[in-house]
Order: sequence, then C-alpha cells, then structure tokens
Amino acid sequence: MLTPVVDDDGAPFWEYAARGELRVQACGGCGELRFPPRPCCPRCQSFDGEWRRMSGRGRIWSYVVPHPPLLPDYAERAPYGVVVVELAEAPRIRLVGYLVGAPGAGLGSVPPDRMRIGARVQVVFGGADGALPQWMPERP
Amino acid sequence: MARTLPGRTASGIPPGIPSGIKDATAVVGIGRTPFAKQLPGSEKELACRAILAALDDAGISPGEVDALASYTMEETDEVEVAKSVGLGDLTFFSKVGYGGGGSCATVAHLAAAVATGQATVGVAWRSRKRGSGPRPWRNTAVQLPTPAQWTRPFGLLRPVDEIAMLTRRYMHEYGTTRDHLFNVALACRNRANQNPAAMMYERPLTREMYMTSRWISEPLCLYDNCLETDGALACVVVSAARAVDCRQRPVYVHSAAQGLPAQHHGMVNYWNDDPLTGPAWTAARHLWKHADFTPEDVDVAQIYDAFTPLIPLSLEGYGFCGRGEGGAFTEGGALEIGGRLPINTAGGGLSEAYVHGFNLITEGVEQLRGTSTAQVPGAATCLVTAGEGVPTSALLLRS
Repeated sequence: MLTPVVDDDGAPFWEYAARGELRVQACGGCGELRFPPRPCCPRCQSFDGEWRRMSGRGRIWSYVVPHPPLLPDYAERAPYGVVVVELAEAPRIRLVGYLVGAPGAGLGSVPPDRMRIGARVQVVFGGADGALPQWMPERP
Repeated sequence: MARTLPGRTASGIPPGIPSGIKDATAVVGIGRTPFAKQLPGSEKELACRAILAALDDAGISPGEVDALASYTMEETDEVEVAKSVGLGDLTFFSKVGYGGGGSCATVAHLAAAVATGQATVGVAWRSRKRGSGPRPWRNTAVQLPTPAQWTRPFGLLRPVDEIAMLTRRYMHEYGTTRDHLFNVALACRNRANQNPAAMMYERPLTREMYMTSRWISEPLCLYDNCLETDGALACVVVSAARAVDCRQRPVYVHSAAQGLPAQHHGMVNYWNDDPLTGPAWTAARHLWKHADFTPEDVDVAQIYDAFTPLIPLSLEGYGFCGRGEGGAFTEGGALEIGGRLPINTAGGGLSEAYVHGFNLITEGVEQLRGTSTAQVPGAATCLVTAGEGVPTSALLLRS
C-alpha cells in the first residue's frame, strides 16, 4: 500500500495523526482554517499558524468505487470505496479517505454499497503505522 | 448557419490591426500522424512527422519557423524538435503546465507572440505514445509527492478516480444520469464512425454496450474513459496579414484564455468552496469578454473529453447552459450533427484519439475550413477547450 510522502507543510498533520488526533491548520492571524496545509494564509497572508483539533465528525461528500486496473495492493482489495468527508466544524474542509468497519481495519473492509452521500462518519486511525485517518460509519 | 459576424468587413478579412490578439493571427497549417494503440517510431519521430506535415499544409518551410509552444508531459523538447526538422533561429518558445489543460494555451501563446512581434511563424505540437507506453499513474515515485499525499494512499489512484468523485457529487446535486454521460460517449462515437482516421471508425456504440460495460471507477464505466493512443499532431500560427497568402483558408484565433481559478487545486479540486465550478468558468469569463460573439453564436465545439462528465461540466462553465443543466443539455441529440451544439466532430479523445486534446484543435480548424469528415454546414465559429479540472485553456476560432 502507498504511504503518504510527507512535505514540510503537511508534516504536523501526520505527526498529530500518529497520536490519534485529527488537526487542521488554522491561521494565527485571522483564524481561517485551511487544507491542504500551506506556508501562509490566503485570506490575510499571515505566516503565523496553529493546528486546531477537530471533533473528527463529518459527512460523506462524495464517494467512488475503483475497479482494476490498479496498483497491485489496491487491485487485491478492489472494488473498494473511497470517500471525501466534509468535517462537521468546517464543511469546506474535505478529506479523502476510506470507510472501515472497525478501527485499524483496512481499505475495502466496508462493502461499497453501504456508502451514501450525507452519511455521518467518525475518524479513527489505522494503516500500517496507525497514523492514517480512517472513517467509521456512525450507524454500522 | 453562415452569417456576417460583428467586426468583419464584407471581404471577410478582419479590419485593420485589432486590439490585443483578437483575429490578429490565424492557424494556417495542421498535420498529424496516424492514430493507433501502437505506432512504430519514437515520440520524437512522430513529433517531427506531424510538424513537417503541418508546415507542408501551410506551404511554409521549416527554416521560417521562429517560435514553438508545447505542454508538459511532452517528452520531446524544443531543442530536439528544432534541430531535427531544421527550424530557423527561435526567438520564442514556451511550455505550458498541467498536461491536457495546456493544449489550447500553446496556440494562445503563439498567437500572443506573433501578435506582439516576438515571432512570425509559430508551431505548436503534441506527440505521445500513451497507447503503447506506460500509464502515468503507475509511476508512484513521480506521482506520490504532495498533493498526492492527501489522496493516493487512500486508494484514489488515477485521474478517472478523481473525476469520478466529482461526477458522483454532480449527479447527486443535479440529477445528472448515466444516460446523460452516454449521450456524450455516443455523440463522440458517432462522429468517429464518420472519420476514417479515428481509432473507433468501424466500432459503433449502443446504449446496451454502454450500460453493461465494465466499471473503471463507479460511477464511470469503460466508455466514459478516453482512448489510449500513440500519435502526434501539430499546427502552424502566423499573422492574419501573412495568413491570406498561405495555401489554406485561414482560421483566425479570435479569443484565447487560460484559467487557474483562485483557490483551485488541480484535478482533485475538493478543497475549495465549490468544487463543481472548475477552471472552465475562469477561462470562459476571459474568453467571452474578449470575443465579438456569444455562446449562442458558436456553430460547433471541440470540448476536452478525457472523461464524459467533463462535457456537461464544460458546457456549464463556457456558458452554453446554466449551472447544473449540463446533463439535461445533452438530451434530444443536442450534441449530434444538426443538434444544438455538435461536439467533437472527429470523435474526440473518447473515440478518435487521446493525444491530450490536440486533435480537438486540428478538428476545429478542419470545421472552419469546411473539410471535416462530419462537417457542420456553414460552420464559422468554433470553441475548442483543454482539460477541465486541471488548470485549463480555451480558444475561440473563426473563419
């Protein structure tokens, strides 16, 4: 499975994720949330920033079900569901992820036909090093 | 369909020296190789063949070329092309980013260079061996660094997955259906069935074939995806004054635009207020602002079709219908010859060849010369667009 190739701006996101926290970059000047992480605020141009903790609750904004041809690790799990989740606190902050039946369960552990736009989900953390945000349906 | 357009003299020659680039330059030559899943010869060789064919079409010798324009994911650079085919001293060369979003920008850059005196004869080209070569998304070393750290590990691997995500949301918000996407695939296939050069020339498409085909990334199936093609194309741009002396009927560059919207984020455009308002909207505002005509005056359109949903999204962006109405626009044969807006009249990326949209430019030229294999009677205006979703570009051409 592919693992994130982390850059300077994104590094804190993954460090917090490894501790089981979902945090989004916020401007130190005007408080605006932004994602993906960037060096400065596009609204007020401040370089000050903080990482604000999110509740981890969200809703499915959209989803797809990829079929092969895919990279080998992904082809083995296909067809699987991939979702875009909009966060409850900030609906225009949207994260790409996948649904899991239990914390740490992998890609494809929830049948694709269970996905619905608007369904409520909650972040958990899994993946090889436990640092990958995953999403569990609130209603199993 | 033929009409006298605003700003044209009775002779059909644009009056005086127009402001900006409007009608200041023309495409006077087009060339291409055959299209196939696998062609012999390198990308460089195919590029040379297409460029020489375009110059021959224009009646201009390679030594007169002083400008080049290309776009990224092109393996053949300017030095190789210029040296190989014997171009003259180059005083302008540009390479536009973002793959298929750059197709129309090559012509736009040449038009700007020629109109402002930076060059006199410009060549734009595209050569790809995407049919027999590797799929770019398989190269994880190149594809994985930011911003893909936010998408690829979660299984969103390919461009089709990224566009399928927008498509699902688009269907959810506006009631767009798979039948609407089929209308797009069918129109392109029907035109390809009229075009002997098209990869799908002898391969008709039916609704049953579409509805029962295998999924690639739900909600997109096989026929929602473009072809994989080896091939190359080129075109030649000169001033309007010189164009009247060339071998072919000039096709004027009436308006041109690039589009990178504020807070846009590439094909995975999920990280702004309104992901369904793509770069087409930005390019369109500039395009129409500098044009003497409106979407209602467009006789034929060549709309970038790497995936079928890009057509309804682009129809909205370029102002042919309202937001959310792109799917309904495709109903009733609107995209076919004789319909409201015939599109991709050589078959497009879906059914002629996928060469990052350059065949849409050459087909736009064919239509305005009156030489298309699926000619729209009296076509005098044509919109050509580049890849939607990525930072894009577009042209308005007129005869």
